[in-house]
Amino acid sequence: MIHHTLRRLLTIPLTLLLVTFVSFIVLRVTGDPVEIFLDINATEEQRQILVARLHLDEPLLLQFARFLGDVAQGDFGVSLQFGSSAMPVVIDRLGATVQLVGTALTLAFVIGVGAGIVAAIWKDGIADFTISGIAVAGQSMPSFWLGILLIQFFALHLHWLPTSGTGGWEHLVLPAVTLATFLLPNFILITRTAMLETVNELYVTTARAKGASETLVMLRHVLPNAINPVLSFLGLQMGRLMGGSIITEAIFAWPGVGSLMIKSIFQRDVPIVLAGIFVMAIAIVLANLVVDLLQSVVDPRIRMD
Amino acid sequence: MMRRRFSRLFDRRLKIALGATIVIGVVLMAILAPLIAPYDPYKQDLMYRLQPPVWSDLGDWKHVLGTDNYGRDLLSRLMYGSRLSIMVGVSSALLSAVLGTVLGMLAGYKGGRFEQVIMRFADAHLAFPEILLAILIIAAIGGSALNLILVLGISGWMVYARVMYNLTRSLRERPFIEAAQSHGASDAYIIGRHIFPQLVPVLTVVATLQVAQMILQETALSFLGLGLPPPTATWGNMLAEGRDRLWAAPWIANLSGLAIIIVVWGINMLGNGLREQLDPKSRERS
Amino acid sequence: MALLEVDQLRTVFPAVVGEFAAVDGVSFSLDQGEVLGLVGESGSGKSVTAFSLMRLVSPPGDIAGGSIRFDGQELLALDARAMRRIRGRQMSMIFQEPLSSLNPLHSIGRQVMEPLFLHTDLSRAEARKRALAMLDRVCIPDASRRFDDYPHQLSGGLRQRVMIAIALVCEPKLLIADEPTTALDVTIQAQILDLLRDLQRDTRMAMLMITHDLGVVAEVADRINVMYAGRIVETAPVATLFKAPAHPYSAGLMRSRPDLTQERKRLVTIPGTVPAPHQMPSGCRFAPRCAFANRDCQAAQPGLRHLAPAHFAACIYPLTQDA
Repeated sequence: MIHHTLRRLLTIPLTLLLVTFVSFIVLRVTGDPVEIFLDINATEEQRQILVARLHLDEPLLLQFARFLGDVAQGDFGVSLQFGSSAMPVVIDRLGATVQLVGTALTLAFVIGVGAGIVAAIWKDGIADFTISGIAVAGQSMPSFWLGILLIQFFALHLHWLPTSGTGGWEHLVLPAVTLATFLLPNFILITRTAMLETVNELYVTTARAKGASETLVMLRHVLPNAINPVLSFLGLQMGRLMGGSIITEAIFAWPGVGSLMIKSIFQRDVPIVLAGIFVMAIAIVLANLVVDLLQSVVDPRIRMD
Repeated sequence: MMRRRFSRLFDRRLKIALGATIVIGVVLMAILAPLIAPYDPYKQDLMYRLQPPVWSDLGDWKHVLGTDNYGRDLLSRLMYGSRLSIMVGVSSALLSAVLGTVLGMLAGYKGGRFEQVIMRFADAHLAFPEILLAILIIAAIGGSALNLILVLGISGWMVYARVMYNLTRSLRERPFIEAAQSHGASDAYIIGRHIFPQLVPVLTVVATLQVAQMILQETALSFLGLGLPPPTATWGNMLAEGRDRLWAAPWIANLSGLAIIIVVWGINMLGNGLREQLDPKSRERS
Repeated sequence: MALLEVDQLRTVFPAVVGEFAAVDGVSFSLDQGEVLGLVGESGSGKSVTAFSLMRLVSPPGDIAGGSIRFDGQELLALDARAMRRIRGRQMSMIFQEPLSSLNPLHSIGRQVMEPLFLHTDLSRAEARKRALAMLDRVCIPDASRRFDDYPHQLSGGLRQRVMIAIALVCEPKLLIADEPTTALDVTIQAQILDLLRDLQRDTRMAMLMITHDLGVVAEVADRINVMYAGRIVETAPVATLFKAPAHPYSAGLMRSRPDLTQERKRLVTIPGTVPAPHQMPSGCRFAPRCAFANRDCQAAQPGLRHLAPAHFAACIYPLTQDA
């Protein structure tokens, strides 16, 4: 187990390195940073000075090495929009995103797994048909459209909830629900499938042969075994979750890292974009690690590997 | 214990039929849009701005689905929007299919170093929010149809790689492969002539479902402003525009959303139906 | 009165057209302390019979008729709750695949304790003691250390012993063993069979041993039922069956055993195959493959005929001593 954890921990800096490198290359290569800093009347000489100061005349790899050095000290550069160091700005917005993502993930997991269990237990009945039907329909739906629909209904028509921004919990409801629907259909279907496959395992028959009730069988024998593939799936969905959060923040003007990123991309505020990507990558990697740990807690075979 | 078989209603043949109908309908609409669209999607008609669809009180048969902020006919814009969505969806799915299948087959057949590198890379890529990368790249190089296809195509290869890798690995052990090898066939020949044909059915199913995913992603990118720039008629653009005018003109967002849903749902149904057709196990299970 | 009395048991599965009776009118009885072997090839319905006794037939299959009297109670009339009280407590079952029969996430100790928690009010400590004693009894070496081990840490033979421990921890009156040694190595097979025989002698429990392996049944059974195509075709004491089988099918089975003492000869087989569900003959089901069959055999299904004390065969021309 220690071995396993160590190995995973080692892949973190590698992944981050790769992520940062790709982002760096893309941003440097496809746009002239100098243009942003200079005004139109700048002379060629002023240009050269700026180029030298930003080290833009050096080979790309060297620039990246410098950049890495800065990053190690937490320095992503100075934001164009805010005029201050980029990383603190991003961290400042991190709380809102964590709140949104955390709530959405909890909702999606609890409701999704619950519905999946119900659908599996009453397979082929009306509950299964309804739940599976909704899940399949949900897979086809652009979740951001649902968000827009929800705004129309709950905010504009019923006036129950606000249309955007932050404040009390009522501001969190619609964005969290919208983000949850990115993941919900898949959670339902994966749980249902996992449960159905587990129910056919021989040890479930053994449990019944011991005289256990169906409820006990489902809760103590089937569910713990079925949860494993669901957790694996959860790990894989982290990327989608992050992507979804960006879109959701855009729809609801939620002041998190995602909406900051969108704005910064359009403003060509490179430091913020890099800092934001970095933070998101770390979040994904950490989340995957947590999922791994959870799996090893549940399954002794993984624990002892 | 009586269990009513509601799920039997959604027989796989029904799925394939219904899905195919929708898909063919949309494709035809996309191809024939210039001929059958009532208006030029770019034509502005400021007299009829923000006209609701015909079923509302203020609606008019002149503009069956209403107009947007510039008086452009919504029905025409939706029709033209389908062209982009279909084109980008299919092309990017094809691109990622080619990339992913080749890499997957390579990793599965040759194993060893190939397997390690390719599959690790796939895992890493899978964990990364592809939409983030797409956002990044599109923002950098601009939103054009070609760029969208390239970016989405590159972001989708892992799904194919995984599936093809697993399939190839199981096929590799089969006797007919050993037979071919003992006859001195080259790796390329075996992969191309023996392994690939076995993968085609699954590939078709995966590709079909991926087209739907690509369309959704393209829509998301356009929605964020990273697709083809306005005034191009793309469903994503229209959704974004609709979002800003939810109070005044909800039909813009709703109808574009509906269009997306119908197409994606049709494709998903077709794909799922095909998959159930292929796999006898999932036929019993679901 | 016998401990177990099965009368005209019928278990059916829905088929493409109509239904298929995997167990079609099976009757037998089992006394306390007796070991009954149930022998047949794959598809003969022996496993389904076992599951039917426990009322664990997987849907869409279901028991369609007949009666199962266990310890004076009609099992088919019990509600789910009452049946659950019998399972694991009065009547237990062990299966063929020891690895998949054990929950991979629970320690073996916990799995042995589970029947105790379900059927007794023993405290946790007492249950643990009893479970440990049981693990010792089935000869798990170093049981107290292995108590917290997980199934994947044990070998196939040890796992099967754990299964036996689970089945016997509540001291049932009847143990149903469904091919318990089929998935094990030959040497381990012998050990498990010895263990089962020991335990059976000590506890005087009844045992129903289901297998396709004649060697296995010769070791442990007192009496044998031979099943073919969902029906019992012969029942006899073990020695009688091996020495003088009366039903042509049983005789065929005996003959097809490879005999190491004889010269090398071709292996004897029974020609033909078991009829498919929708092609069941209306007369004797074995007639198509029987060397001695004639038109009378095809007319109607023969019932079990009394040939000698405790020896019955479902054949109108049973083989005599010299056949």
